[in-house]
Amino acid sequence: MTRLGKARSLLLALAVGCILWGLWRGEAHIIWQKAVRVCMECIGLG
Amino acid sequence: MNITHSVNRRFVQLLAAVLTNQQLLNLASGRLYKGSAKNLCAPGLNCYSCPAATLSCPLGALQAAGGTAGYGFSFYAGGFLLLLGVLWGRLACGFLCPFGLLQDLLSKVPVTKRQLFPPLRYVKYLLLAVFVLLLPVLLLMLNGVGAPAFCEYICPAGTLEAAVPLLLTHAEYRQAIGGLFVLKAVILAAVVIGCLFISRFFCKMLCPLGAFYGLLNSVSICRLHLDEKSCVACGRCHKVCPMDINPAAQPHSPECIMCGQCVKACPQKALHLGIKAPKAKTATNTH
Repeated sequence: MTRLGKARSLLLALAVGCILWGLWRGEAHIIWQKAVRVCMECIGLG
Repeated sequence: MNITHSVNRRFVQLLAAVLTNQQLLNLASGRLYKGSAKNLCAPGLNCYSCPAATLSCPLGALQAAGGTAGYGFSFYAGGFLLLLGVLWGRLACGFLCPFGLLQDLLSKVPVTKRQLFPPLRYVKYLLLAVFVLLLPVLLLMLNGVGAPAFCEYICPAGTLEAAVPLLLTHAEYRQAIGGLFVLKAVILAAVVIGCLFISRFFCKMLCPLGAFYGLLNSVSICRLHLDEKSCVACGRCHKVCPMDINPAAQPHSPECIMCGQCVKACPQKALHLGIKAPKAKTATNTH
């Protein structure tokens, strides 16, 4: 495997690991909670 | 497969914009979609407070978790962005970002185009580091309450996609308009005017998402390939590039949004956008 291939594999593994770790920590729910309410900061009223 | 020759970019951009904003009827009522799809992030910049939005904004997601006590950084959103960045770098900017589509349409307005003062390209990295990653955590530490600083003080996508439809449909929000909204409206107006004169003005100078994806252009699986033997340095690729880069000199530039304009313009077919580079040609067999 080339150096670039190794770097890609490492980064892909890191990305998947981060996603799984984030899911395990319940981040998806935090994001969902923020996304289903009007974000007053986003609309410039917060 | 050469992506540029196989797909119509404008069609993909429109399709991505619609798929990211499937709840179009909500624009009339000003209600937000509350389904489980909002657990997922969109690949491009798209405010999750837009009534039509089906997915979450990846930058908003990063700031939301970063500004929540006990989290500090969103591994979920960060990992998602890293995954997309390694798979296709800034291709998401060229093909999948609804705000990128808007900028492409604005650049069609026939006014004399100018180039961005090159050092201003680094502003987006500053915004990514300070407003997206640091400030939400810092504000949480100082005030006990985090804030999505980029969304709050800068993001023109939020002003356009969320504030406009929500202010039009909610009288109580209109009554709460103050200095912060004026600041955001001025930024949106400046970005729109900037996009008229400078193609992809927001992507070039201000987008933290593009800054992150761009850092991965040099390792991404889908990328721009240059056959140096075929290239005759005619400069046509540089001339048509909306990001004002020279693909023949820097095919993996962090500024490249992989829109494929250079691939189409190359008379020697020396540029290729895809996963694998085609077999190198010699200079003689291109004539």
